[in-house]
Amino acid sequence: MRAVRILAAVAVVAGLVLVGLAAFAWRSEIPAEEISESARFDPALMEKGAQLAAVGNCIACHTVPGSKAFAGGLAVPTPFGTIYSTNITPDPETGIGRWSEAAFQRAMREGVDREGNHLYPAFPYDHFTRVTEGDNRALYAYLMTREPVSAVAPPNELQFPLNFRPLLAGWKFLYLDEGPLVANAQQSEEWNRGAYLAEGLGHCGACHTPRNDLGAEDKDRHFAGGEAEGWQAYAIDESSPAPIPWDRESLAFYLRNGWHELHGVSRGPMAEVTGNLGLLPDSDIDAIATYTSSVMGEPTPERRRQADELLEEVVGRSPGLVAAADSQSNPSSGDAAADPGAAIYAAACASCHEGSRPQPFGGLNFALSTAVNAPNPQNIVNVTLFGLPPADGEASSVMPAFAAVLGDEEIAQLLAYMRERFSDEPAWADLADQVRGTRTGEYEVSIRPADGIERAPINVGAED
Amino acid sequence: MAISLKVNGATHQIDADPATPLLYVLRNDLSLNGAKFGCGLGQCGSCMVMVEGEAVLSCVTPIMLLEGREITTVEGLGTIEEPGPVQEAFIEMQAAQCGYCIPGMMMSAQALLQKNPAPSEEDIRNALSTNLCRCGTHMRILAAIRRAGEVMQSAGMTSTNRRTG
Amino acid sequence: MTDILEKGGITRRTVLAGAGALVVSFSLLSRSLAQEATQPPAPEPPKLPGSLDENRFLDAWIRIDADGAITVFTGKAELGQGIRTALLQVAAEELDVEPGDIELVTADTGRTPDEGFTAGSQSMQNSGTAIRHAAAQVREILFAEAARRLAVASGELKAEGKAVIASDGRSVGYGELVSAQMLHIEARPQSSVKQPGTFRVMGKPMPRVDIPAKVTGGVAYVHDLRLEGMLHARVVRPPSPGARLANLDASGVEAMPGVVSVIRDGGFLAVVSEGEWQAVAAMRALATAARWEEVATLPEQADLPAVLQDLEREVGVVSESGSPDIGDGKTFEATFTRPYQIHGAIGPSCAVARIEGERLTVWSHTQGVYPDREAIAEMLGMPLEQVRVIHMEGSGCYGHNGADDAAADAALIAQKLPGRPVRVQWMREQEHAWEPYGPAMLVKVRASLGGDGRISGWNYDLWSNTHSTRPGGAGALLAARHKEQSFTPKTPELNISPSGNGDRNANPTYVLPNKRVLWHFLPDMPLRVSALRALGAYANVFAVESTMDELALAADADPVEFRLRHLEDPRARAVVELAAERFGWSNAAPPSGRGRGFGFARYKTLAAYLAVAVEAEVERETGRVRVVRAVSAIDSGEVVNPDGIRNQTEGGILQSISWTLYEAVTFDDTRITSIDWSSYPILRFASVPDSVEVHIIDRPGEPFLGTGEAAQGPVAAAVGNAIRNATGRRLYDLPFTRDRVRNAIGA
Repeated sequence: MRAVRILAAVAVVAGLVLVGLAAFAWRSEIPAEEISESARFDPALMEKGAQLAAVGNCIACHTVPGSKAFAGGLAVPTPFGTIYSTNITPDPETGIGRWSEAAFQRAMREGVDREGNHLYPAFPYDHFTRVTEGDNRALYAYLMTREPVSAVAPPNELQFPLNFRPLLAGWKFLYLDEGPLVANAQQSEEWNRGAYLAEGLGHCGACHTPRNDLGAEDKDRHFAGGEAEGWQAYAIDESSPAPIPWDRESLAFYLRNGWHELHGVSRGPMAEVTGNLGLLPDSDIDAIATYTSSVMGEPTPERRRQADELLEEVVGRSPGLVAAADSQSNPSSGDAAADPGAAIYAAACASCHEGSRPQPFGGLNFALSTAVNAPNPQNIVNVTLFGLPPADGEASSVMPAFAAVLGDEEIAQLLAYMRERFSDEPAWADLADQVRGTRTGEYEVSIRPADGIERAPINVGAED
Repeated sequence: MAISLKVNGATHQIDADPATPLLYVLRNDLSLNGAKFGCGLGQCGSCMVMVEGEAVLSCVTPIMLLEGREITTVEGLGTIEEPGPVQEAFIEMQAAQCGYCIPGMMMSAQALLQKNPAPSEEDIRNALSTNLCRCGTHMRILAAIRRAGEVMQSAGMTSTNRRTG
Repeated sequence: MTDILEKGGITRRTVLAGAGALVVSFSLLSRSLAQEATQPPAPEPPKLPGSLDENRFLDAWIRIDADGAITVFTGKAELGQGIRTALLQVAAEELDVEPGDIELVTADTGRTPDEGFTAGSQSMQNSGTAIRHAAAQVREILFAEAARRLAVASGELKAEGKAVIASDGRSVGYGELVSAQMLHIEARPQSSVKQPGTFRVMGKPMPRVDIPAKVTGGVAYVHDLRLEGMLHARVVRPPSPGARLANLDASGVEAMPGVVSVIRDGGFLAVVSEGEWQAVAAMRALATAARWEEVATLPEQADLPAVLQDLEREVGVVSESGSPDIGDGKTFEATFTRPYQIHGAIGPSCAVARIEGERLTVWSHTQGVYPDREAIAEMLGMPLEQVRVIHMEGSGCYGHNGADDAAADAALIAQKLPGRPVRVQWMREQEHAWEPYGPAMLVKVRASLGGDGRISGWNYDLWSNTHSTRPGGAGALLAARHKEQSFTPKTPELNISPSGNGDRNANPTYVLPNKRVLWHFLPDMPLRVSALRALGAYANVFAVESTMDELALAADADPVEFRLRHLEDPRARAVVELAAERFGWSNAAPPSGRGRGFGFARYKTLAAYLAVAVEAEVERETGRVRVVRAVSAIDSGEVVNPDGIRNQTEGGILQSISWTLYEAVTFDDTRITSIDWSSYPILRFASVPDSVEVHIIDRPGEPFLGTGEAAQGPVAAAVGNAIRNATGRRLYDLPFTRDRVRNAIGA
């Protein structure tokens, strides 16, 4: 499958190269500059850049967890091989210390490095091309005032001929729509601001829009759901699988705090996104929520009715008592003998997930779980196997990993039972095989400790 | 309905609710003190045991999942008269204050060292990522695990199916 | 005779030990009789060393049986601090035997002296000193008796193998030398203790005696106690501090498998089952069945400074000298806060209790068996003599945690189920929500620099609750507060003492001719608080040492040199100099993103000296702080077990790093919301420093000063000072969370 895809890629790109290589592929080098005095940047510009860098989630890809910020070297698995993120600290030898602002602007807009090499679209310049010159200037000010770190990323592991960068010119010819976003005059200023942040620097579609065989976003299926680092990035258009439809308020709360009482906690790569968005002013968060919820649209009356029923059922339960979980009398234990999945659920899951402790620290009621209702079970497979590792020194939801005690068949039985009990969607196919592939690493999943998921309420007495 | 559990090499027939977490069976039915109740939520690691070489949180693992599988507790690593290498190293480094978290630490360490007798500092810290210590014995725990690794390595005591890479 | 022994709760073994034995209960009894008698006051007895002053008979501390078995008694408890090992070293040294020859009996109201609480880093000062002198005097008595029997001069004798040996080889065993009543004498004020140069056991590292059992699954904790026929209980606490039980239908719970009893006494709820997991299940069902009326009683967490200042009722002068008004020179003014923090032992509190006939026995990890006995007896309306509290180790300790409450829970439940032992263990959520917290505090400092580069004025105001609501009375126990016939806690009183409480270390060790230090006392406790390791010293040393660094900057001085400028006590100077030297303290710029910080305090201003230098790494983008290395120097007097001091100090450093970077109790207006390790994060291995060093200054011949709490305050300050050094920004509010650090630094 993959081989076929790659061959197709080679054929298409090779053809394009023949046509326009000389004219299109070549990019000039922008001369190196000695740039070292951080003082020449306006602090307000740096502050703005910090917020923009948070929107762009730059730190997540350009930092190996636990190592120096922005020093690159993170392995990003793609269907075409592994790409290592670059060092974007102002180190002159190994980072972007000799990049002029013009070089930085060009990289963001055209996906070309200072020397003129084409960059792989793992760096989402198809989105970053929308970023305004002013915002790029702020980002540049911010990045050029970070701590310089001398670090060289490992070479990319891409198969020939994809390791031949000039081929990327062909890719760009097909898929890079350079330049700013055209404002939609029909929509509010807030909506347009949200669209600018979400489609540009925020690059939501990089994960949430499915990609074609050449790794480009399928523009006809904007926000219809994609994947990132082994995690499903759910559809955030009208096909969103969330049992309770998102709206502007719930989205804003989720993006701000990393959790929502009716949707659970963010995890996988999304945890980093929400972790970073904490830096943003509420107005920008609200703008992103306004835009994204409008893409999702109003739920159908049928979906609304189902959600209302579910809400009644869930909220009707007694509000949380400390340690009031009741695993012994839960209704599922009756059929435990007949269904091994039900027995595992009752014994291993129910005490937290049917406890009444509220989000974000309690287990989510699976009737509210997008993971259980999603077309692809990958996320719940990931969480069952690997758990939710704790954030270092920050409040975060924690779940133990069950990989060592639950076999592939057992997890398949458990998830099949949960799908049956908590969702009206059809059963998942080939569950055990998917669990096995995930466990063995055949299907690669990034497991990183969450950042703190909650805007900590511990800023007591702080004068901030 | 009795469940058959193999703990530290001996098989026991346990007559208990199959949903009972292993921890309670170890402590009360089998009178083994090593695994400790810390949180009951899988957050602190003081209940850690090994199941077929993997570190497992016994407070959130129902016994129905463990029928016939090899379970090892700290009692299975050695005795006070003849401590095993991990126990020996913790004594040598005096790696305990109140000591309550220590058996869980040792089980995480044992699982690590069986797979990788020469772990890096980062490997050790990762292996202990679910284990909490409140007395602040961390430096000695790390030292004891390094020491245990040396001993196990020189004695060739690790399993042959080492993790590659 | 029998009657006396019964009352003292003496074991069968003691009774059978024979006529040669010296029985501890005599001395205990004589003391309690003396207390009760209304005799005219006797002339003031001479002051005796350590706890000997309160328990004056030698045989209260040391017993030697006819068969040579040596038993040493201490009223102090092993809390994981290694006191058992250190006390054995002291006793073995002075008795001229090996530590392995001695059985050490720790805190037990049936057997050991009353030494109050094992707290405040005082076990070595009090019990260690008492045992040392008692043992030295017992050795003298044994030698004198041997000299008499062997008809040689005492000076020609030596001890070996629990016997006294003459130069001609004749020997008499310790057991043979002791006869009835021989050691039942009052101790003398002076003893000929061993001279430092001659130590065989003391001053040398000795492996902790408790560790082998702890690493091999031996019975080590009260949690491990399994008595014949023991039942398992769980309590159901109210969902919030102000909640009242409105309605409960427990019939469903009573019918659950294994449930023996559902206990309801006012708002005190518990389940008792044959099996432990059955008790957990029943507890959950009972919690679901109970309906509570909740009241919003908690203050606004986001506005702690105002809350604390509103609670002020009384002001105490901690220290005042010179003219404390602030002069014209450079001044520094700041407000520091610390949040409520938990003890957070890894194992939740646990106790076992049993009623046999008229008598109640409680096994508990309490810090004070005698005060706990008094509180439990009061709660249950039982005569004191019918209650025995025996210490068994718990998890951690770090101060007044849930131990006494769990003991009360077990006792109250056992009283309702006579004949069968009952074991109670708290759940994690209960420990986090109900243990008494370390109090939140607010400190305002105003200090000025004179033209000579010295501090010219010092105004220091702190707002705090009391840091001790220990038993003391049944009202200190949760179960007693919740039961139908409830007890109310005592109203705390402002008390300024030399060792301090909320004001501990508020008065700096530095030479400050002009100062005023005030404790704004808050009697009301919206959150339940009590003693957490170091009490007020944690926040006070943080505030004082942060201020010292700012003043050093204002004076354009090196922070270490600036401290030395204000220190006269040579022992204080010595730890500061040693820590700086071993750290490699210098003015050279630290590597980018890193900073150096220093902290010093003499704990309680009268105990151990500790200085610490840390190097910390600050990640600007995330605000994450990691201490890379810490180098400390400690002088806690004459050293008994150097490895014990190192272990305790390392632990104090790491625990303080955790408090300082991460920890705060969280709550809304009604409930505590930090109820597990996901909502109350603590230090994990990923953030543990690369290295931690402890350098000990031994002071042979000087008194023991205690070690356990000395590091807490200086480390907090050193971390804050290192962040200041790395980023140019000072943080005033504990803990230094990522958010706060990032906000302080800006982009």
